[in-house]
Amino acid sequence: MSNIPSELRYATSHEWVRNEGDGVYTVGISEHAQELLGDMVFVEVPEVDESFGAGDEIAVVESVKAASDVYAPITGSVVEVNEQLEDSPELVNSDPYGDGWIFKIKADDESEVAGLLDAEGYANSIDED
Amino acid sequence: MSNTTVLHPKHLESNAKMVDFHGWDMPLHYGSQIEEHHAVRQDAGMFDVSHMTIVDVKGADAKAYLRYLLANDVAKLKAAGKALYSGMLNETGGVVDDLIVYYFNDESYRLVVNSATREKDLNWLAKVADGFNITTTVRDDYAMIAVQGPNAKAKVATLLTDEQQAAVEGMKPFFGVEAGDLFIATTGYTGETGYEIMVNVDDAGAFWDKLLGAEIQPCGLGARDTLRLEAGMNLYGQDMDENTSPLAANMGWTITWEPQDRDFMGREAITQHKAQGTQKLVGLVMTEKGVLRTGLKVRVGEEEGVITSGTFSPTLGHSVAMARVPASVGDEVEVEIRKKWITVKVVKPGFVRNGKQVF
Repeated sequence: MSNIPSELRYATSHEWVRNEGDGVYTVGISEHAQELLGDMVFVEVPEVDESFGAGDEIAVVESVKAASDVYAPITGSVVEVNEQLEDSPELVNSDPYGDGWIFKIKADDESEVAGLLDAEGYANSIDED
Repeated sequence: MSNTTVLHPKHLESNAKMVDFHGWDMPLHYGSQIEEHHAVRQDAGMFDVSHMTIVDVKGADAKAYLRYLLANDVAKLKAAGKALYSGMLNETGGVVDDLIVYYFNDESYRLVVNSATREKDLNWLAKVADGFNITTTVRDDYAMIAVQGPNAKAKVATLLTDEQQAAVEGMKPFFGVEAGDLFIATTGYTGETGYEIMVNVDDAGAFWDKLLGAEIQPCGLGARDTLRLEAGMNLYGQDMDENTSPLAANMGWTITWEPQDRDFMGREAITQHKAQGTQKLVGLVMTEKGVLRTGLKVRVGEEEGVITSGTFSPTLGHSVAMARVPASVGDEVEVEIRKKWITVKVVKPGFVRNGKQVF
């Protein structure tokens, strides 16, 4: 079973969310997702200050195998993006919850986070049995 | 129920991510296909290619049979062990498969054909054999391991006996020799030097372990595909199939037209193709972010083509592809990627050889 940190929240579309305080959340994709996609070769990050609704396409992770859309897990505006991914897209594979983070978003409505899955809920959602 | 090669347990021991490859359970990668690709370009990597089909052709008519079966001419092979790459065509000039043939003597040759086409090829060989005095023997007693990269030969040398080393000493590219219990060929599907080694299935596991001990990186099908595409090598079933003329698949150079009185299967049909003109297979290079993918449409002025094989090139750091396009194609074409038309450069198929960019 892949690593699913218990302090994070998750979307069924494999994004994880970490509370940084002050309404800011870091977002990336789960270890399960990076393992399915394979070696990353390009990451398209959003623009800082752009606004998105929950469920909007916000980024693209492209692996050798395929390009995959990343969806905004919550409504808000982008406050920071991970510029390291330009030269090192493989960070999404090697450290999906750490240096492989994709963007930070300032939430319009923090109660949306409670509507995301907890670690156990995400684990059940990806359980294929 | 999948087929497995004799090395299947070794892949599991090395934590390979396994996938189905035309009915075979094969390693896609052992952790990172990009790292495996770099290992082959910079050092040495190895591939289990035991799923491929080895057929020995023997008999009084072996040479005549193969001169009829193949579009390339085995009469060019005069030195024992010398090999060539050829297509075998059907009556309408389509490619049944591509293969390597080794010459031992006028009554003894060895073919290595693709895995996915095994049944079809064996039936085809039998059909074309009608009237020729030959036998064909499928060598399922052999496993096969490709060891490729600038350090491949040196690393393999540390595992060979003095006699085996003498057998391969100074071997030029495209030769194969018996070396003790091994059959060692200077062929490959990566664009790097190295060997493809046939080993008895009973000894294959132990030999794989020795290669591991010599610090050769196991590599899976993912790296195999990015390496061969960088090297401009076709993949049957993708870059060409039974409906493709070899002239439209960058295989014109593999056809031996002289002597004109050598009839071979498909000769008449491709003579017509040549007269009428065909599409051509070209290389595409895109330096923007993104990946040229198999199946994407290519715009050539008012006309259209298609990408037959596309991928990210780990050695170059951007995407390359092969595409079948109208012969009138110029230096640039447009490809539609996620709703945007991107201009990409047209080159000859083949992007990297011996670790270096070649366009």
